[in-house]
Amino acid sequence: MLELSHITKIYRMGGVDITVLSDVSLKVQPGELIAIMGPSGSGKSTIMNMLGCLDRPTSGSYRFEGREISSMTDDELASIRNVKIGFVFQTFNLLPRFSALKNVEVPLIYSGVPARLRKERAMPLLQQVGLFERMDHKPTELSGGQQQRVAIARALVNHPPLLLADEPTGNLDSRSGEEILKILIGLNQQGVTVIIVTHDQTVAARCKRIISVKDGQIIDDRGQP
Amino acid sequence: MNFLETFRVAFEAIVSNKVRSGLTMLGVIIGVMAVILLVSIGAGAQAYITKELTGMGTNLLVITPGKTSMRGGFHPPSAGTVRKLTYDDSQALRRRAWLLTDAVPLVFGTGKLKYRNMGRDIMIIGTTPEFQRVRNLFVDTGSYISQGDVDSKSKVVVLGTKVKEELFGSENALGKVVVLSDARYRVVGVMQKKGTSLGMDIDDIVYIPVTSGQELFDTDSLFEIIASTPRAEDVDRAIAQIKDVLIKRHAHKEDFTIQTQGAMLETMNTILGVLTAVLGGIAGISLLVGGIGIMNIMLVSVRERTREIGIRKALGARNSDILAQFMIEAITLSGAGGVIGIILGVGLALVIPVFVDVLPTSVSLWSILMAFFFSAAVGIFFGVYPARKASLQDPIQALRWE
Ligand SMILES: Nc1ncnc2c1ncn2[C@@H]1O[C@H](COP(=O)(O)OP(=O)(O)OP(=O)(O)O)[C@@H](O)[C@H]1O
Ligand SMILES: [Mg+2]
Repeated sequence: MLELSHITKIYRMGGVDITVLSDVSLKVQPGELIAIMGPSGSGKSTIMNMLGCLDRPTSGSYRFEGREISSMTDDELASIRNVKIGFVFQTFNLLPRFSALKNVEVPLIYSGVPARLRKERAMPLLQQVGLFERMDHKPTELSGGQQQRVAIARALVNHPPLLLADEPTGNLDSRSGEEILKILIGLNQQGVTVIIVTHDQTVAARCKRIISVKDGQIIDDRGQP
Repeated sequence: MNFLETFRVAFEAIVSNKVRSGLTMLGVIIGVMAVILLVSIGAGAQAYITKELTGMGTNLLVITPGKTSMRGGFHPPSAGTVRKLTYDDSQALRRRAWLLTDAVPLVFGTGKLKYRNMGRDIMIIGTTPEFQRVRNLFVDTGSYISQGDVDSKSKVVVLGTKVKEELFGSENALGKVVVLSDARYRVVGVMQKKGTSLGMDIDDIVYIPVTSGQELFDTDSLFEIIASTPRAEDVDRAIAQIKDVLIKRHAHKEDFTIQTQGAMLETMNTILGVLTAVLGGIAGISLLVGGIGIMNIMLVSVRERTREIGIRKALGARNSDILAQFMIEAITLSGAGGVIGIILGVGLALVIPVFVDVLPTSVSLWSILMAFFFSAAVGIFFGVYPARKASLQDPIQALRWE
């Protein structure tokens, strides 16, 4: 499904090149549940952004469902992000001025779903994450765990085959974190490919495959199918 | 993403920051209002002048002594001209220029008017009976100056209504004797009430025979001759006749100037047109400043919402979606400002003449349309840069923005 081969990512800052990723190669099969672990600054988020088509590699090749990403236009990447990929961020990244329901509807706006249908499609997802009663609440009126569940509903609204979660439980207490994790694992059981970045050993332990990253390189990759 | 949705997103952004949006719009509102108001005042003045000049009587020709090379414009009466325009000239025109219905000799100036212990300076016109017809100003009670009065240089005076009210109140003025620049004049008539025209109070004038006027102003010349011809098509031929008659009488020299009403109108309209354009231009500058205000706020808004841009991009917004969102926000700000400005501008233009009667206004559709499209264009022009900046944000950098 996903194939990174010999990916490097170099940031140039003040004339100095910082190599954030060097020679990262990685294959992901449909339906996998993967944890990415590693110390802070090791490049986990950079890999996730790469996988999520938010960032382009400096060199190397990234094939998404067989199509080479580096040759795609910005609009094609936007469309892949919209339809094929769901993002869940550590900081939730909800639009503060919008209600929970409106937030969930945002991806549908960009796939051209008319307003009337958007509501119909967004509500079942809020139901699924247990926030049906809170759909008119603004993010500031929700707890962290609730906000993250809205973010998951939003990530799933276009039924993408791939869900990327960058430290989804990092800002939550263990009970809320557990709820989020249960939802993610449940989704994987329904066939969604799920990749989770985490610091938490107990979270990683529940994933079939664990990838360890250090200094921009994959140093360990256990449980490949 | 469809237009309606983009519009809704932009509208929500505007509403969620009411004070700022309001202040931003204020720049455009004032600009548009100023454009409409100043243009309608200019157009109003133009319409007013046209109405007053044509209201004076039709197809007037004004002959003044002295030759100016320029066509149109205003000339001071007779100062230092070689050959003067005389009462006999006007009589000759009446007799020989048959296309003219009238050729009315005129002297005018100010003098002191006294009755009992009251007295003040007043505008005096010395003329003949035909003045009534040419200028559409008629006597109300008593009689106007007669040809006999002119021939015999009688000391008779016809009063404007305001003068009459002031001196006599409700008393009958006919037959009373007033002193006009140290000479005693008998009141023979009172004019109809007319009001103000072209900034002059028509009711605050007194009329005396032209011959007496020449004596009063100590001159044997006329200040002008007002001639009229019944048909507009005859104006050119009438001019030729006047020239023919006068040149023969003036030792074969064209030492006088003939202005037609049309030419005067044209001159006035040109002056007012330029004035209107200048005023409109100045107002346009304030609209431009309003546009810069929009750009400024849009740049702040783009910066503030960098994270929102990142989120939207991560969720599948294309560059063009973001561009459209911010463009529509800018255009909505300027467009709404434009509409409010139009309403205020038109409202003021309609209300001002009610309170200030020297400022007639005329609201024209084209000035409204122009102001609206100009303000929309300002929104587009000053919205492009911030919106492009927003749309080209790198999603990762935007998401990292705090
Ligand atoms: N835009 C950038 N410019 C320069 N350096 C960057 C940029 N983005 C990331 N980096 C660097 O890349 C490295 C990897 O960052 P990344 O965010 O991928 O780490 P991470 O593994 O996700 O860390 P954490 O666990 O703290 O989230 C860091 O050293 C970071 O400073
Ligand atoms: Mg990270």
